[in-house]
Amino acid sequence: MSQRVGIIGFGQTYHRSRRDDVTGIELINEAVRSALEDAELTIKDIDAVVIGNMDHFEAVNYVDTWSVDGSGAWMKPLIKLTTGGTTGSTLGIAGYHHAASGLFDVVLVIGWEKNSESDTTGAIITCSDPIFDRFSFSGALPGLAVEASAYIKRYGITEEDAARVAVRDRTHGANNPYAQLQTPVTVEEVMKSPMLSWPIKLLDICPRSDGAAAVIFAGERKARQMCPQPAWVHSTAVRHSHAYFCDVNYEELHTLEGAVRELYDHVGIKEPLKELDVVELYQPYSFAGLKWIEAMGLCKPGESPRLIWDGATDMGGELPFNPSGGVICTNCIGATGLLRIGEAALQVMGRAAGRQVPDVNLALATGFGGAYWSDLMLLGRRPW
Amino acid sequence: MTTSPEEHIIYDGRIKMPYTWAAGKTSSYFLTQLRDYGRLWGTRCPDCAMVYMPPRKNCPRCVVTDTTWVELPPRGVLETFTVVHFSEPSLQPMEPPYIYGIVRLDGADTGLTHLVSEIEPNRLRSGMRMEAAFKKLEQRRGEITDLLYFRPEGGGRQ
Ligand SMILES: [Zn+2]
Repeated sequence: MSQRVGIIGFGQTYHRSRRDDVTGIELINEAVRSALEDAELTIKDIDAVVIGNMDHFEAVNYVDTWSVDGSGAWMKPLIKLTTGGTTGSTLGIAGYHHAASGLFDVVLVIGWEKNSESDTTGAIITCSDPIFDRFSFSGALPGLAVEASAYIKRYGITEEDAARVAVRDRTHGANNPYAQLQTPVTVEEVMKSPMLSWPIKLLDICPRSDGAAAVIFAGERKARQMCPQPAWVHSTAVRHSHAYFCDVNYEELHTLEGAVRELYDHVGIKEPLKELDVVELYQPYSFAGLKWIEAMGLCKPGESPRLIWDGATDMGGELPFNPSGGVICTNCIGATGLLRIGEAALQVMGRAAGRQVPDVNLALATGFGGAYWSDLMLLGRRPW
Repeated sequence: MTTSPEEHIIYDGRIKMPYTWAAGKTSSYFLTQLRDYGRLWGTRCPDCAMVYMPPRKNCPRCVVTDTTWVELPPRGVLETFTVVHFSEPSLQPMEPPYIYGIVRLDGADTGLTHLVSEIEPNRLRSGMRMEAAFKKLEQRRGEITDLLYFRPEGGGRQ
């Protein structure tokens, strides 16, 4: 009964630091309508809905039922998923599984967040173990900062190297009318921005956004009927690790290494730098844009600064990263991983407008969250 | 080696977090009209013509363009109700017994959940005509409870 699956539509809101003009339900509806319009479908064409966001971020408990008036899930099968930072990528993978199973042909996947409605750090703290972990690293920043600290000590990486990554994504974000931050910054501006948790400065890290994303997955027969160029799902991979922050291996992002190894082997990728055409990396802070591309096998450990300074990951470079501006320009957390998938799909479909990379055959989208968890989805122009 | 007595440690915890919830443009219009004028507005779907109360920016069923405003009278029909006999003081300050009902305003296709008062519980019947009683203007805060409760049309017992 299983079937091949393609993405046939993508919609998103214009992401902002706050959207007081809409409720969460209405925000969700904007993305859903945008995705339906993109795919030239109506809600009647949708067989099942998958939705998710971060626990405790809006203090709404049964988000699946609460949001039915906006999601279009009225009288349809509906499920909520939430896995922390990986929520958006989990949603995408679950949407793919729903369609791939053959039990549903057209599946609407929605990720959303109104970060403006809570204290983000306070809400994230509730994910940590209350006996041992909650008093210390809890919240996103310090855990990332110790990762960066270990990495730069080991390889002699500089803060300027990381700043150059932030400059790339902020430059790309200026091409994306949906991004929250659309103004480029310079290395000097990143270096002079306020220190938050050494070595992470304000312009190294993602903002907090209000926004939603919706992606429509379809089984092969419907995808061919409904869409001239679907973005076909080639492979996915997921790695979760320990939950205590102290158990994380800070020298390598071993979850990403494990996930890419499985994915590359599955589809036969030998030289990812050459064979991939674009990457939407869930990169919540600039140092990750160095260390994690090493975990992806694009270069040897410690050699990523050369790729970054040479412009290999810029638009027009050998393997452009984050044409959308990525997480550093927009971070509506429950939507963030799904935005990576949607943006990667646009690249494959040739519909990314001012942020389009020419001739994309293979696009990789990643998710990140929890205690350094990694998700991947590889999309391609031809069915796998 | 010194040994501790066997003990199971239990921590007290409480998640204390500040939240805000934006009512959004649509609900804000409904709430300010209720607060400032004691008026009730629903929304009509341009596609299926359903009239929603409380108002919805978008028709949940059709998922098409935005709905349009339609003013509704402060009267309608009691569709169903319950008399609550237990006390939950931290969540619901009302003294039991009190009555929850769903009232469908004339011209609306969906009901509004609210309190029902000024009537003995044993005289309540589904299908009864009801009218809205509002708080005094100076007490209204832009909340759904600015509508105080529903009572039998024409006035109930005081
Ligand atoms: Zn309708």
